[in-house]
This record gives sequence, structure tokens and C-alpha cells, in this order.
Amino acid sequence: MPDQTIVAGENKLPNPAVAGAGKEQGPNGERYFVRFTLLQRYMHAIMFSTFLGLAATGLTIRFSTNAWAQHFALAIGGFGAILFIHKLCAVTLTLEFLYHVKDIAARILIRKEKGILWGPSSMVLNLKDLKDLIGNFKWFFGLGPKPEIERYAYWEKFDYWAVFWGMVIIGFSGYVMWFGPFFGRFLPGWALNAVQIVHGEEALLAITFIFSIHFVNSHLRPDCFPMDTTIFTGVVSEEEFKERHAQEYERLASQGKLDEKLTTKPPTWLLNFSKVVGFTAVFIGLVLLVLAVSAYFRE
Amino acid sequence: MYPSGKYRRDWAQFFLSYSKKPARLFIPGTSTASAIPPIVLTANYLTGQGSTLPSTGNSGARSAAACLSRLPIAAAGFLLRYGKRKRENPAAANSISNWRWLAAVFSALVLLLVPCALRAQTDCLSCHGDVTMQDASGHIVGVDAPTFHSSVHGSLDCKACHTSITAYPHPDQPQAVKCASCHTDEAAALIGSVHGDAAEHPCTSCHGNAHAILPKNNPKSAVYPLNIPATCGKCHGDAAMAKRHNLSNVYPLYTDSIHGYAVSKEGLLVAANCESCHGSHHILSHTNPLSPTYRTDVPDTCGKCHGGILTQYMAGIHGQAMASGNLKAPVCTDCHTAHAISRPTMAQSTPVCGSCHQAQLSTYRDTFHSQVSSLGSYVEVARCSDCHGEHEILPASDPRSPVNPANLVKTCGRCHQGANAGFVKYEPHANPHNRRLFPVLYYIRLFMVLLISGVMTFFLLHTLLWLMRSLVEKANNRSAKGEK
Repeated sequence: MPDQTIVAGENKLPNPAVAGAGKEQGPNGERYFVRFTLLQRYMHAIMFSTFLGLAATGLTIRFSTNAWAQHFALAIGGFGAILFIHKLCAVTLTLEFLYHVKDIAARILIRKEKGILWGPSSMVLNLKDLKDLIGNFKWFFGLGPKPEIERYAYWEKFDYWAVFWGMVIIGFSGYVMWFGPFFGRFLPGWALNAVQIVHGEEALLAITFIFSIHFVNSHLRPDCFPMDTTIFTGVVSEEEFKERHAQEYERLASQGKLDEKLTTKPPTWLLNFSKVVGFTAVFIGLVLLVLAVSAYFRE
Repeated sequence: MYPSGKYRRDWAQFFLSYSKKPARLFIPGTSTASAIPPIVLTANYLTGQGSTLPSTGNSGARSAAACLSRLPIAAAGFLLRYGKRKRENPAAANSISNWRWLAAVFSALVLLLVPCALRAQTDCLSCHGDVTMQDASGHIVGVDAPTFHSSVHGSLDCKACHTSITAYPHPDQPQAVKCASCHTDEAAALIGSVHGDAAEHPCTSCHGNAHAILPKNNPKSAVYPLNIPATCGKCHGDAAMAKRHNLSNVYPLYTDSIHGYAVSKEGLLVAANCESCHGSHHILSHTNPLSPTYRTDVPDTCGKCHGGILTQYMAGIHGQAMASGNLKAPVCTDCHTAHAISRPTMAQSTPVCGSCHQAQLSTYRDTFHSQVSSLGSYVEVARCSDCHGEHEILPASDPRSPVNPANLVKTCGRCHQGANAGFVKYEPHANPHNRRLFPVLYYIRLFMVLLISGVMTFFLLHTLLWLMRSLVEKANNRSAKGEK
């Protein structure tokens, strides 16, 4: 993932983040820090909207014998419309995925950035993640302190890699189905059957995971209920920063880089907009989750 | 003098006894016309009906009154013409041979005798001609004379049917009319049929008012092909009646079917009406092996009209199974239904085929083909018949079958442009639950299911514990603040 020290300047919010320390403060003297760049926020927005589109149309196709699926298909224009939306979202998400891969590759190979593949702010799993996992389970049972998390927690890394490999697997299997005769020239006969199973089951995993685990872990936890809007505004308060990514906060403070991330409190319209978007996505997701799970167990 | 119905019938049977056709199958313009005795033809000429050769002897006397009015006119005309000729050209008149004189005398005799022949009918109608006439128990016993005279029985003596009345005054309660005394074949056919109970199903229940019965080819007849559905529907369109006799109420299904529309909207005489499949007088339950609607007879019954389809069906695996005595083999009505005549190839063929081929339907349901068809066919998509054919369904081992391995590229290629040998190795009825037949798919699916359940179990547990811990922490913080 992009290193904040490099890309913070790309943040196009009304954001004088380059300004000096302590200049911008909240009403209670609270300070705010950049967590996600504008690009990352847009990437997330494109991803979750296409994902909702893919999930809604994909579940309709997967559970096509259900009455809700047939009514939904009828309402938006039959199977042709369902498949068109599905493919449109798929192509958009594929382009985003390719852009992300290109971005990462360029930063590793061309700009020679450090800390992308390893290091404290990397997305790659490391030993600390295992320690955090064990520590967290101890904490759940009251057997130890809450582990101090670096820039990305292990569950956030899991989200990232689940989506990353999910896109590879679901995307590839989807294109095999889309261009069956073409892939039929290289792939064995059973592969055409296999891709359908893999596509459907992996997508079902993604849907159930995102609409239950990711929603709760990243947006609806008690300590940030009703909605963690960080990914929409890109900004965390100092208190949230210390609480959720204590080790990153300490590392940046000790390196003297904390002030580089200082920014203003997000404007009220952005906070409200974030909540509307967030709750809409959560609502659609939960409806789809209920439909998918109930249909799955009725099969 | 004028031929009675009975007389004509005997003539007809005399002629027909040389042919295999039963006497009741009078068909216009066919060989049965030869069964009409010459005297009827004469009568037809006299009634002005010579050009429209009557279908049967029966209609030769369609109008006895009209006939009578012409006989004396014809005779008088001849005499007048002869007198005129003799005055103008005595030589030519003399050349007229004597037989013409005989004909004139014959006509004069007819003129005198016919009124005697009709005397009896006229006598009855002098009372019963009042259409409002009622007997002691309130039954209408009046007869509308013009209607009766134009009916198929219009030339008969009343006594021909009302045999118990021989003199006037007659008894108040004459014996019931027995149609069977003349219509012996029909009466014999009715015995043992579903309408065999004469008390519940008198002839008039289908043929209508006994004094107004018209020949079958008359468009106003109750048993004219286009009127048969409505005639049968008088009883069979009644849901209560259907329930009472434990029948399904099929009349509305028929009227809305392609057959029903062909009759009611298009007026097609060749379209199937009730009689086409069930017969007329000897209707048997479809559970009776002698019935044309019995399972094994259905293909032949439908094939009477749909001959080409019958040939295809009999060549296919379904027809072969049926012919070999397999009562479970599908016949026409299993897929198309008997009365509604659905078109399973159009909309929902899959449940129809799947009602027998359940395993294949289940695996079809897993495919993209099924998903498309379930969500409305904005896109054309393969259903059972698109790959397997319709009436001439052959096993995949048959080289002629569209699903024979050698034909798959062509069959799949009808929709999938660029279909090739690799592509058609796709197994459209794969079952990933079947480890023996599809081991690779079985383990792929098993892996995916384990992956889903593993990931979800771990993270649900993780999230649940996290939530509980967060709530505990919150409660601790609150109590800690409270103590301060």
C-alpha cells in the first residue's frame, strides 16, 4: 500500500496537511491525521460500488430459482440487464485491479520505494501479525493487554489479501466463462466446469465475509459505532490514531514524522456524506447477506 | 308416396352394406352420395335442391312443404306447355312420345296422394302446433312447426317416433320416445360409454331439442364441429359438475388452448374439438385401454392430425419406449398436457422434462443455462430441447443425436460461436456432489466449501469475542469513572 510519507501530498481535500504542527486543531484542541490518500479513498469507493453491483447481480444469477432473484431481474430488465451490469462492474473492477498492480509494481521496481513488501507499514503478513493475533485472543479472554497495532492490523491485511486473491480467482474464472470457446482451446474440459464452481463459491465467500466480518470489524465495531468513516474522509483523530494504531503512532512520533500527517478536521458535509454512503452500502450489503445465506442453506 | 326417413335409411343401408363404412358416417360429397335412392334425388330436384346434392338421404326431404308446392306446379307446367305446343305446331306435338303422357298422369296422381301422406302430421300439429301447449304436469308439448319441418326429422310422421300414439284421443302419458329404434348403431355405441346412462344423458343433452335436430354438417347443429366444444361445455364447463363426477375441470383449459382458439377464433373445421380425440357416442375413460385417450393410444390419436410429429416421436427414444410397452414413457399429453396444449419448448420446458429426468434437471439447475432461463429469457438460452431435440429424442450413443460427441461442436456452436473440441468437453450435467463420476469437481467443491466454512467460522468467532470484549471494556470504563 502507498506509503503515507510519499503520497500524503496527493490528498486533494481542503487540506493544508503540509502545514506545520499544531496549526489545525479540532474544537477541543484535538489534532487530526491523514490515514488514507484521496486515491486510496477513490479506489475503495470504486471497489465497493462495483462489488455491490457484482454481488447483487451475481447472487441473482447464483440463486436464480428464488422468487426475490426473479423479481429483481424482472425489475431491472431481465437477464440481459443483470449480465450487462455484472460484466460492466467486473470490467471496471478489473481495470482498478490492474491499475493497483501496476501502481505497486512501479513503486517497487521503478521508484524503488522501501517498506512496501516488508517493514512496519507493509501489507505483507509478518511475525508481528501472528503475535497480534495471539495477543488479541488473549485480550478477548482477559488474559493480557490489548496488542498495539502497527499501520495495518492483521485483519485489515486479511481483508486486503482476501480481496486481492479473490479478484484474481473470481476474475479469471469469470473471464473463462465469458470467453468459453477461447479458453476451451487451452484448458482441459473439466476446467470449464471447475471455473463455475470456483467463481460461485469464492464469490459467496467474499460476499459473506465482506458483508459480515469486514462491515463489523472496520465500520461497526462498538468503539467506532455507528460508522467508522476513516476510509471515506481519509482522516483519523489523534485519539483514534493512538487507540487503533498505537505502534504506528509511536513509531512516527519517535521518527518525528507525525507532523507530516497532520491535517484538518474533515468538513461536516464530508462526514455526513460519508455516513450516508457508508450506511447505504451497509444496508445493501446486509440485505444481500441475508438473501444469500438463507438461499444458500435452502439449496 | 313421399319417401319416409325410415325408407330412405333402408335404402342407404342397402347401398352401404357393400362398403366397410358404418352407415352413420355420412360425409358430404363422398361415396355415400351413391346411397341416396333415386326417388330422393327426384324430390331434391323438385324442391330446388338438386344443385346442392344433399349429404345424406335425410336432408333430401328438408322441406316437405316446399316439395309439395312444386309437384303440382311442375305437372301443371308440363300440361300447359304441351297444350301450347300442340296449338302452335300440331306436327311437332304429335312427335311427343307417349311416356310423357304417363309422366303427366303420374304427377297428377302425386298431386292427389301427397296430402294424404302428410295427413297424420298435420293432424297432430293442429293441436301441438301451439308452441305454448303444456301437458298436465306442465311440460311443453307444443312443437314449432316450421322449425320441425326444416329439421332432419321434418319429413317423418309424428308416429314414427311417438310410437305409442296410434289414435286420437291419445293417452295423457305416452311412452318415451326411443331414438334407438332407428339409430341402432349410435345406441349400441353408447352402451358402456361414460354417457351410457340414458336417464342422465338422453340423446337430446347433446343433440338438443328433439324437434329441431339438424344434420351434423349444418353450421347451426349442436354437433357441428365448431359447436361441439360449446355443446360438451354445457356440462363439462360446469366446475360443480366436474367436481361431482371427480373430473378435472378441463373445459376452460381447452377453450384457451391453441385447439380451442383454432375452433372459436379461426373457425377451423380441421382443428381438434372434443370429438376429435374422445369420439362421439362411444366415449371411454382415459383409463380404459380401448379409449383413444388411453396412454398408449394417445400418440395415434394426436397423430391423426399431427402425422409428421407422430413419425418423429415414434423414431425417438420416448416413442420406442412407449411402443415396447413401457407405460412410464411419455406420450404427447405428458409434455403438452391434454387440454391446455402447452408448448414446453417455448417457456418452461425444464420442469416438464425434469418431472421424469430429475437428476438431469438438478444438474441443469447448476448451470448458467438454467440461471439465464430462470431470470427471464431476454437472452436466448439452451433448454432441454435445444440440445436434445424435441420429438425425435435419441440417446447420446446414437450418431444421429445432437448430443452425440461427434455432433457436439455443431450443436453447441449453434449458440456459442467458435465452439471447438476443447470447449465442448464442458459437461453440462456435471454433478460436483458425485465423487465417483466427477472426482475433480468433487474435490474442488469440497475445498471451496471447507474454505468458506473455515474462514467464516474463524472470523465469526474472532468478531464475536471482540464484540464481547469491547462491551466488557466499556462497562469496566464506565464503572471506573463511576468510582472516581
